[in-house]
Amino acid sequence: MELLTGIFVTPFVQMVTLPDFFLQVLWEGFVGGVLYALIALGFVLIFKASGVFNFAQGIMVVFAGLTLVGLHENGVPAYLALILTIGVMGLLAILVERFVMRPLVNQADIILLMATIGLTIFLIGLGEFIFGGEPKQMITEELGLPTGSTAIEIGSDGLLILQHIDIAAAVIAITMVAILGVFFNKTRIGRALRAVADDHQAALSVGISLNQIWAIVWFAAGIVALATGIMWGARSDVSFALEIIALKALPVLILGGFTSIPGAIVGGLIIGIGEKIGEIYWGPLMGGGIESWLAYMIALIFLLFRPQGLFGEKIIERV
Amino acid sequence: MRNLLIGGLALAAMTAAPLPAQAEDSVYIQLATYRTGPFAGSGIHIANGMADYLNMLNERDGGINGVKIVVEECETGYNTQKGVECYEQAKAKNTLVFNPYSTGITLQVIPKAAVDKIPILSMAYGLSAAADGNTFPWIFNPPMTYWDGATGVLSHIANELGGLDQLKGKKIGYIFLDAGYGREPIPLLEKMAEEYGFEIVQYPVPVKEMQNQSAQWLNVRRDKPDFMVIWGWGAMNPTAVKEAIKIRYPMDRFIGVWWSGGEDDARAGGQDAKGYKTLNFHAVGADFPAIQDVKRLLVDTGKSQTEADRLGENLYNRGLMNSVLMAEAIRTAQEITGKKVITSEDMRVGLENLNITEARLKEIGLEGFMAPIRTSCEQHSGHHSMYVQQWDGEKWVKLTDWFPPMTDKVKPLLAQAAQDYKTSNAPWPDRAEPCVN
Repeated sequence: MELLTGIFVTPFVQMVTLPDFFLQVLWEGFVGGVLYALIALGFVLIFKASGVFNFAQGIMVVFAGLTLVGLHENGVPAYLALILTIGVMGLLAILVERFVMRPLVNQADIILLMATIGLTIFLIGLGEFIFGGEPKQMITEELGLPTGSTAIEIGSDGLLILQHIDIAAAVIAITMVAILGVFFNKTRIGRALRAVADDHQAALSVGISLNQIWAIVWFAAGIVALATGIMWGARSDVSFALEIIALKALPVLILGGFTSIPGAIVGGLIIGIGEKIGEIYWGPLMGGGIESWLAYMIALIFLLFRPQGLFGEKIIERV
Repeated sequence: MRNLLIGGLALAAMTAAPLPAQAEDSVYIQLATYRTGPFAGSGIHIANGMADYLNMLNERDGGINGVKIVVEECETGYNTQKGVECYEQAKAKNTLVFNPYSTGITLQVIPKAAVDKIPILSMAYGLSAAADGNTFPWIFNPPMTYWDGATGVLSHIANELGGLDQLKGKKIGYIFLDAGYGREPIPLLEKMAEEYGFEIVQYPVPVKEMQNQSAQWLNVRRDKPDFMVIWGWGAMNPTAVKEAIKIRYPMDRFIGVWWSGGEDDARAGGQDAKGYKTLNFHAVGADFPAIQDVKRLLVDTGKSQTEADRLGENLYNRGLMNSVLMAEAIRTAQEITGKKVITSEDMRVGLENLNITEARLKEIGLEGFMAPIRTSCEQHSGHHSMYVQQWDGEKWVKLTDWFPPMTDKVKPLLAQAAQDYKTSNAPWPDRAEPCVN
């Protein structure tokens, strides 16, 4: 009986009796979801263009963040460091296209996946070699990002605390999604990119440069990785532990679909808010710490009804 | 055939890698370290401290009583599987002692140690019950166990409140790395909660979520614990400090075990982290002759990986103290056995007869660095004293005097836990090693 009350009654009573806290949970879930969505975006971009699940997206987040902070630590002004980091991610995109992707054109997807796993291991080693293994503090203030918090009183003694950096994260994420949406749907390169995703050989036959498209898309994923690195880094610090968090994008992708930008956003928000509510209101019943698997449970439940994900393309293969 | 030949040659080249050169008057010690991975932020400083002290002895004194120490690191990445591989490598190279620097790795190598006759030094970490030397003759965890640390935290909280009886009805939150390390003190905390009538609320942080703790801290905000206790490591610590600040938790009511007290852990919160406390069992700072020798002989000459401005930081000194214990155990073993080049079995005897007095600390250039340490055949931990340090916004400041753990509470529980371990790992061998005191 106590268990049933804990599942079906207590959480809802808490939501009603502590509305400020419920709002705080929703806000934290929203911010977490936005950040998951940013990571998932990087995966989606590359998957759309090449059908490759880019296992290296997580380490790209760390690599971009470390490059930015590392340059600044060596005396480069923050904004110049930001521009140089964008340049480094561009260079990385060109190198990946030239030495990883190009030799593997028309190979099976699993080969490309393995190549990105190899790239992950290489970037971990390179990152540790250049920057060392120590975590670094994100240069939040130097980049002009807001710090501090605003507390909004709710009711007589309720409080909703909004971190300024979280608000900035949400605004940046939404802006990036809008830009990417326009880029994919309204530009010539965007359409070419979608053609490449459908069929490499067909795209080549109509004169689309596969090499160019792949370099562009890896560069775009690098920019997304940099934005993610800055935001996650500001919340904790920039360390190799961030690479593990990138795996949180997996349930987001399962839910939203591997090829959909809106899917990454909606999926990110569902997972972010869902896991927070689950952990806060039902987690204590199971000893807490359920967040890490709850995201997968939510994604799997959605999959029962929509195997291709919320916004994924339905694959129909005729035999 | 050609590929097979090339592969065979490559394999032969790899497996034929030479053992570290050991002169006749030298001993080998492997240091299991993690300079990479999610826990590198904590691991690097400890690794530097451990390596520097031993290398300084080689540079300054030509080793210990003329015996050079061959120091080699093995990277574990705080990964248990890799740690066990390091242990196997250390065994093959006849290490005097194995330092796992991870509770997970320690738990895996405990059953192997007696078979391989390699002492395990898990300084203030690992299995608390291993303090019982009669059950675990090959495992050492001075200067104290996690259970001692847990009573230290409770003692400090009780002092703040005005006595142990004041704990009644209080709510104490326990946020911990959801791994062997973080779970280790839970039995003690639960037992103490039962005895003193306080509530312990657990907030586990999975390793994958170390940098994503907002849910745990939202729960803290809702539950409003009177005090928060942290058993964190690596990236978990600075994230927890930031999250505590974010929910406006009073930092002077937030207290960590000694592994949650790196400078970087508190520094992450900036001035807002002021008031955050942790336990400690050695001094912070480089103002000791032995550390100055490290600076002069290694850091200033480019023979160390330590950056000059990080010399004497908390976790660096932790690693250094670990090597002080090893060096003193070697010296003790040399005295007892009369041998210069000792074996791992002799080292076990040395660790079991540690007696680092204040006079000895002064002699080795570390006066006031730590409390005197003594071990015995029965007592491999010693339940020594600790103190509480507090972050002043820029550095750690000693807040309390040295105080002992509640040994009257811990010892019976440890004896019971050792017995339980023996039963659940039956047939656990009875101690066959003679007590050389």
